Amino acid sequence: MQIYLPIAEVSVNAYLLLGLGGIVGVLSGLFGVGGGFLMTPLLFFIGIPPAVAVATGTNQIVASSFSGVLAHLRRKTVDLRMGVVLLAGGMVGAGIGIIVFNYLKSLGQVDLLVTLFYVVFLGIIGALMFVESLTAIRRARKARRAGGTGIAAKRRQRNWVHVLPFKMRFRTSGLYISVVPPVLIGVSVGILTAIMGVGGGFIMVPAMIYLLGMPTKVVIGTSLFQIIFVTAFTTMLHAVTNQTVDVVLAVLLLLGGVIGAQFGARIGVKLKAEQLRILLAVLVLAVCFKLALDLLLMPSELYSITAAGDM
Amino acid sequence: MTGLITRLALLVILLIPAARTALAEEIVMGLSQRSIAITTNFEGSDILIFGAIKREASVPEGDLDVIVTVAGPSRPVTVWRKERRMGIWINTEGVPVDRAPSFYAVAASGPLAEILSQTEDLRHRISVPLAIRAVGAPATIADAQRFSDALIRIRTEDAFYSALEDGVDVQEETLFRTSIRLPANLTEGDYSTRIFLLRDKQVVAQYVTTIDVRKVGLERFLYNLAHGQPVIYGLLSLALAVLGGWAASAFFRIVLRQG
Repeated sequence: MQIYLPIAEVSVNAYLLLGLGGIVGVLSGLFGVGGGFLMTPLLFFIGIPPAVAVATGTNQIVASSFSGVLAHLRRKTVDLRMGVVLLAGGMVGAGIGIIVFNYLKSLGQVDLLVTLFYVVFLGIIGALMFVESLTAIRRARKARRAGGTGIAAKRRQRNWVHVLPFKMRFRTSGLYISVVPPVLIGVSVGILTAIMGVGGGFIMVPAMIYLLGMPTKVVIGTSLFQIIFVTAFTTMLHAVTNQTVDVVLAVLLLLGGVIGAQFGARIGVKLKAEQLRILLAVLVLAVCFKLALDLLLMPSELYSITAAGDM
Repeated sequence: MTGLITRLALLVILLIPAARTALAEEIVMGLSQRSIAITTNFEGSDILIFGAIKREASVPEGDLDVIVTVAGPSRPVTVWRKERRMGIWINTEGVPVDRAPSFYAVAASGPLAEILSQTEDLRHRISVPLAIRAVGAPATIADAQRFSDALIRIRTEDAFYSALEDGVDVQEETLFRTSIRLPANLTEGDYSTRIFLLRDKQVVAQYVTTIDVRKVGLERFLYNLAHGQPVIYGLLSLALAVLGGWAASAFFRIVLRQG
């Protein structure tokens, strides 16, 4: 069934959009990522203008994150206090990000820089997570073979994060750490949200696990909580300044997305934390690889058309 | 078809030798649709353009041909070319194109090169390459022509530009008809429709009209809201998102409890 999108001004298959939303929704619920880093390139691929894809993508992330966070709230796996601290940083970061984005736009190479950002960040994070999860799985196996209980050794080493001032107790996460690292994480993720048009979960989740030492189960709910507000803020900015939010597109994506997110959250409970992390790592690396190939291989069409003044 | 027309034309010429005067022939035109409404399930539209040639005097001599063009609203665009720099492919050169119709179709009763003279094409900008206007390419780019070619190539692949030689059916030197396919991804605006009547490669009469392409209903409402009341529109989008998220969550909880 073809459907004409009023803002994007293109006609696309409605079932394709529902399916796309569904797949991204499953990932959202499973990993606590908004899925924007997948959704945005996929929307480009089916012919949605980039500006509309980015703006509408953020609106769709609001929906799937909200649906996901409700499931996590019921299971009490959201650290609200940590979420608010991250959010405060995120808003500041988004503001800085928009200024940076507009500066890059004036240089005329914003597409290239966004792609490079994706490749670099996805590559580093994917590789780190992959290696770390593999080591964790191997350690768990070894422990089991040695007659252990099968529970991986608890990682609770003290590092620089624990010696900073302004300490706060995060009961849900079982942490007593300084607020400085979470705020800084929030700021950097906010900057990336504005530049790359994504929720930023794929960066925040590893940062919370490896830098703050939060338990994986809490990390997902908390990152979703923070993503809702940052993406809602971004959606409003796009709607007011560029009029590029396509509500028909958003509704179709979110119908698929919210259902997918519910499935994702339920599958997530059944999987072990290490398995979850290794899956996310593989996914991040796959997207990174695809984007890198596009930059490295000679494109079949060397020319492209943009509306004057864009780019 | 062309053969038949030529034979008919010859017959007519032999029977009635008539003097050729300016405006001896006029175009009377009909459209299957004066306006096109873009609705939510708009899947493109075939528009039938037909008409007749009105004559005060007898049929003049010369080969008769008809060309029909439909052009969508023009917007300035930039055509970029990628080049390999430091191992990666990036846009290095851009050529601005002042005028490029979002849609352009030419239907003719024969191959354009055979029925239309170069000067007439230049004057009326009929063929696809002349319908776009690329002036002011930066002096650093020597092969600006390749950029316009690329624009036509890309838009032709996407079915936005088309040239249908033999797309116009002419009967008895009087009646003509053609059908032009408008794709689903139409841009809103006035679609200028031109009909040219040619004799011996010269334009002897032309007729211009517009087809109105507009969004209607929900499409119109959302588009107006997004541009007129962006804050309300943004809040509406967010409300839908939150409501959708909550509904799915609640629905699944009920299903899971019962299941």
